[in-house]
Amino acid sequence: MPERLPANDVVAAKWWQRLLDAVRLRRPGMEGVLERARRSSMDPGPPNPSSTKADAHREKVSPLRQWIMQWGSAVVNATAAIGDFSMFTWQMCVWMFTRLPRRGTVLPNFYQVGVLSLPVVALTGSFIGMVLAVQSYYQFQAIGLESRLGVVINTSLVRELGPVLAATMLAGRVGGAMAAVLGTMRVTEQIDALTTMGADPIHYLVVPRFLACLLLIPALTVMADFMGIVGGYFYSVIILGIDRAAYLHHSREGVVGFDLFSGIFKSVFFGGIIATISCYRGFHCQPGAEGVGKAATAAFVYSFVMILAVDLFLNIVLDAVFFMIYPEGTALF
Amino acid sequence: MIEVRGVSVDFGDEPILKNIDAQIARGQTVAVIGESGCGKTVFMKTIVALVQPTRGTVWFDGTDLNQLTPPKLAMIRRRFGFVFQHAALFDSMTVYDNVAFPIRQNEPATAESEINDRVRTHLAEVGLPDEVVYRRPAELSGGMQKRVGLARALVLRPEVIVYDEPTTGLDPIMSDVINELILHTRRRYPVTSIVVTHDMHTARKVADRVMMFYPRRRLSSDETQILFDGPPSGLEHAEDRRVRQFVRGEAGDRLLEMSSNEGHGSNHG
Repeated sequence: MPERLPANDVVAAKWWQRLLDAVRLRRPGMEGVLERARRSSMDPGPPNPSSTKADAHREKVSPLRQWIMQWGSAVVNATAAIGDFSMFTWQMCVWMFTRLPRRGTVLPNFYQVGVLSLPVVALTGSFIGMVLAVQSYYQFQAIGLESRLGVVINTSLVRELGPVLAATMLAGRVGGAMAAVLGTMRVTEQIDALTTMGADPIHYLVVPRFLACLLLIPALTVMADFMGIVGGYFYSVIILGIDRAAYLHHSREGVVGFDLFSGIFKSVFFGGIIATISCYRGFHCQPGAEGVGKAATAAFVYSFVMILAVDLFLNIVLDAVFFMIYPEGTALF
Repeated sequence: MIEVRGVSVDFGDEPILKNIDAQIARGQTVAVIGESGCGKTVFMKTIVALVQPTRGTVWFDGTDLNQLTPPKLAMIRRRFGFVFQHAALFDSMTVYDNVAFPIRQNEPATAESEINDRVRTHLAEVGLPDEVVYRRPAELSGGMQKRVGLARALVLRPEVIVYDEPTTGLDPIMSDVINELILHTRRRYPVTSIVVTHDMHTARKVADRVMMFYPRRRLSSDETQILFDGPPSGLEHAEDRRVRQFVRGEAGDRLLEMSSNEGHGSNHG
């Protein structure tokens, strides 16, 4: 029998009940909509014998009413999903501030997230640095400013590409794996087993992963920045033959400490997003191999979209802070 | 010891369990039988509060499980041992760490030497040789995994052990080994056992009481979902035809139902 309620989640179940009760009091006709929303946010169950009756009823409903119902249902579904995700995040935060996990559960995650991600982040970082040099060189040469290429490469890397690249690699390499591992644990009842043995699955499985992503992504970002700068220098100076001293001089002038800070600051948010979304998708995995695959894919896609959205928001905020600190800004040239 | 009062569990619009009342006394071994989809696993998960009932309450030693906060519920769950259908061993851990996990989780002050003794004692008790101790679950056969699962369930010396389909997927000899282990556990420890199964041999051999569930969707609104509740010896001569049909493994009217469904399908097609 497939289990579709958030079985080990007393708080979530009570929250749902409160929501249903509240709406029932206000809008007697809304129970069905909310129930459908709840079902659609849980696992799919066996076919409902009463569905044919429901289908017949739906055929009688006017197209306008159907359209309104569909939109209403979509809005309720989205609200339900956000509520469920918020509850999940809240529980994780509560554990973070009440009892940290044991070292034995944290260190393997630090190794997975930090040590094993280093090579791929370093490699992609160095390639991005070189690609920036290739793409920018001819435009800069045309106006006789090729010695200032380093400013553009380094600023782009430290402010934007380093953190986003490290986060993207982490979402692909670690986020997908997190969702797949937790999804498999859900499907094979290992998460239920944890619960029956008195362990809280969020405390035991999610908090260590969250901490690993949150604390190690700044290091990965610094590695991506560093390797990108080295890659850009290598291609500009060694391959394209730009004057080494001029390249280094202008590079140093163009990048300020705030750029490095803003990149690392943003990366902490990206790490949190990757861990929370990936673990959530794993915990709410649908049954079967297909469900695990979908959870892994969804973990990457949602993480990536959220990284870019949060990046935009943080850039706006950080720019405002930057101009408060440096009212005249910094000149690239 | 365990009392289920008016429990209903709905998944969406579909009722899985409806108004179930049951009492399980300390020391009893109860087999919960029934066809696939009748709600026996949901019933079992409701007893250990892995599934929240839509209506009704579950009481364990005078405590309403639905009213407990998660930490208190975790304390209560320590008194339960749970053997999962597919063992649910942690892939990333060795057999030793799997069995040691409940001790480390619930008795963190326990010395490693004592953990070692308890793990090896329980593994020996379920008949597992010493050389499997440092293997991963994926390297074990299904029967061995089930036995590791049993050792893990026993290691905290629970008051109630819940077995979910303990013999499913095992050959007849290994199934009987598991049945013997259930009996041995009952003799050795004063445990209450709940065995969810559709293996009649297991039900007859290990249980002193059998509860047979029937799928809610196949019942009329005034019928109770537990069609039989009594000693295993009474199954063969149960008054209800559906109980006898299940016990004898007869398809009966289900064949007619299937052919009728096929007819509907071909008409639509």
